[in-house]
Amino acid sequence: MPNLNRRKFLQSTGSAFALGSTVLGFPHIAGAAKKRVVVIGGGVGGSIAAKYIAKGDSSIEVTIVEAKPSHHTCFMSNEVIGGDRDISTIEFGYDKFASHGIKVVQDKATAVDPVAHKVTTAGGVTLEYDRLVMSPGIALKWETIEGYDEAAAEIMPHAWLAGQQTALLRKQLESMDDGGLVVIAPPGNPFRCPPGPYERAAQIAHHLKHHKPKSKVLILDAKDKFSKQGLFMQGYKKVYGDMIEWVAGADTGGGVTSVDPKAMKVSTDFDEHKVAVANIIPPQKAAQIAHDADLTDDSGWCPVDLGTFESKRHKDIHVIGDAGIISGMPKSGFAAGTEAKVVASAVVSMLQEKESGVNSYANACYSIIAPDYGISVVAVYKLAADRSKIEKMSGGLTPADATPEALKREVQYAYSWFKNMTAEMFG
Amino acid sequence: MLLTIVRHTFLLCVLSLLTFHTVSASDLASPAMLSDTCLGCHGPAGISEGPATPTISGMSEIYIIGAMLAYKYDNDEDKVEEVIESDSDVEFFARTSTVMDRIAKGYSEAEIKAIAKYFAALPFKASVQEVNPELAKAGAEIHEHHCEKCHEDGGRSADDDAGVLAGQWIPYLEYTMADFQSGDRAMPKKMRKQMEEAHDVHGEESIAKLIQFYADQE
Repeated sequence: MPNLNRRKFLQSTGSAFALGSTVLGFPHIAGAAKKRVVVIGGGVGGSIAAKYIAKGDSSIEVTIVEAKPSHHTCFMSNEVIGGDRDISTIEFGYDKFASHGIKVVQDKATAVDPVAHKVTTAGGVTLEYDRLVMSPGIALKWETIEGYDEAAAEIMPHAWLAGQQTALLRKQLESMDDGGLVVIAPPGNPFRCPPGPYERAAQIAHHLKHHKPKSKVLILDAKDKFSKQGLFMQGYKKVYGDMIEWVAGADTGGGVTSVDPKAMKVSTDFDEHKVAVANIIPPQKAAQIAHDADLTDDSGWCPVDLGTFESKRHKDIHVIGDAGIISGMPKSGFAAGTEAKVVASAVVSMLQEKESGVNSYANACYSIIAPDYGISVVAVYKLAADRSKIEKMSGGLTPADATPEALKREVQYAYSWFKNMTAEMFG
Repeated sequence: MLLTIVRHTFLLCVLSLLTFHTVSASDLASPAMLSDTCLGCHGPAGISEGPATPTISGMSEIYIIGAMLAYKYDNDEDKVEEVIESDSDVEFFARTSTVMDRIAKGYSEAEIKAIAKYFAALPFKASVQEVNPELAKAGAEIHEHHCEKCHEDGGRSADDDAGVLAGQWIPYLEYTMADFQSGDRAMPKKMRKQMEEAHDVHGEESIAKLIQFYADQE
């Protein structure tokens, strides 16, 4: 076909397709009104999804529902616990969302009606949606460790939802006596931020080394192996000598089974420990709203299509971030961010009744062992042809023989990651 | 009869268009989809908020391709040369990294090209950071004599295989210059010559002065 005619041809086929879709879409013709997307959750997944949907099609009405007036990031909260960072530096507000054309509803989403396409809030607001994106995060499974409930967490903090709990753990480390024992109890898989408990051990040791050098950090793990294990163990030894001890699940009988906050004791099947500070990180599940909306399966997490993140249980609802079963990707902040970009692309395409393109996913996760000692794991992924998992194309860990200069730079890159991630979320 | 032929041709055209669309779509994610995964570290719209990761928007296409291929093939010059098209201006220079070598391997040459084109078309925006005005002033002079010929317009130019220096973050510039000096990152012969000359004339601080000068550029 001659070039001259090509544009004309495209124009005419374009209008033919448009006509076709109008006819096909006839039952929805009333929907010539604005398309509405509601996003539940203002963490990494929700904030980035809202922004990218608004950016992808400014005609879509995007509303984000978040209970808290501001967000404390989980990432870098271990540095707050270690004392190198002020908690105010991990707190972010939603004041810039309006400038992206996003409506912020500061309220708790309490119910989802997948049939009527409605979200209800604690404040009595009802929001209608054409598509709902949920990035509600996690809930802690209280009482899976005997004696560990919400009241116990005020004495033995989990600090796994950043904010007040982070500040509490920090305060306890500041006021404990030198020579005390700090126990960290990481849960079994799957849980939010797989390397998080182990970075935390290093950050706590960083504080103790400089202020309470006779103290010790004991990790009583439910698991026999963990994320970046070789690199962490190497770093612990190099930076903190014998200050950090890790005990595998096989040697604890599966981790901490009960706590006694009054006596400041934590127990495994084999041992009992008198502690100065206990950081109990209990097993987790998708946040409550995901359960209430009937989006979870027996695992306690939300099954989704890995290409669109649309729920396998209810159509027109997408679930991303830690609450989802995202086979192949970790429950990390960065992963939630790329899931948000993928879901934004899918949602915009679906609302425009266009076919979605090919997806690209990534992960980049830093852990700071000491101010000049950072390690990372990264990955680039694609959707498997049968959509059963998200497949790793490349990636891997910081090399075990990385130079001191490289480890030092990784800390600065971690800080860049933090600045840029939070700019993606809240900027 | 004629009508049938015309109709057939029309259908064929439509089919080939559709086929082309399907094939390309199933092979390659859109440039935005591919590039958006970079932004968690390199910043919204490829403008880094610092302190150490570079802004990649506004870099030249061939600079980004060259960097990504060096990462992807672990500085194996033969392999990089093999995939560089003969009519391309991409040049091979070995470079060190912490995470980029692990990341670049996940992208095909076609994807790398798409990413490079995408960021090259986005505007560069200088970072706002504190600089030492005296060092920056001294750096301006060094730049003029030794660097401007290739890093044109005060290091702003992205016309060739030179990276954008003006307005990058100081730690990024420091790492880059340290790598050039240690030999972890390769540079053109003419650049080495100029760096040595600058060092001879302006002393040990010549690099620090240059860095402050570039960081000071808007």
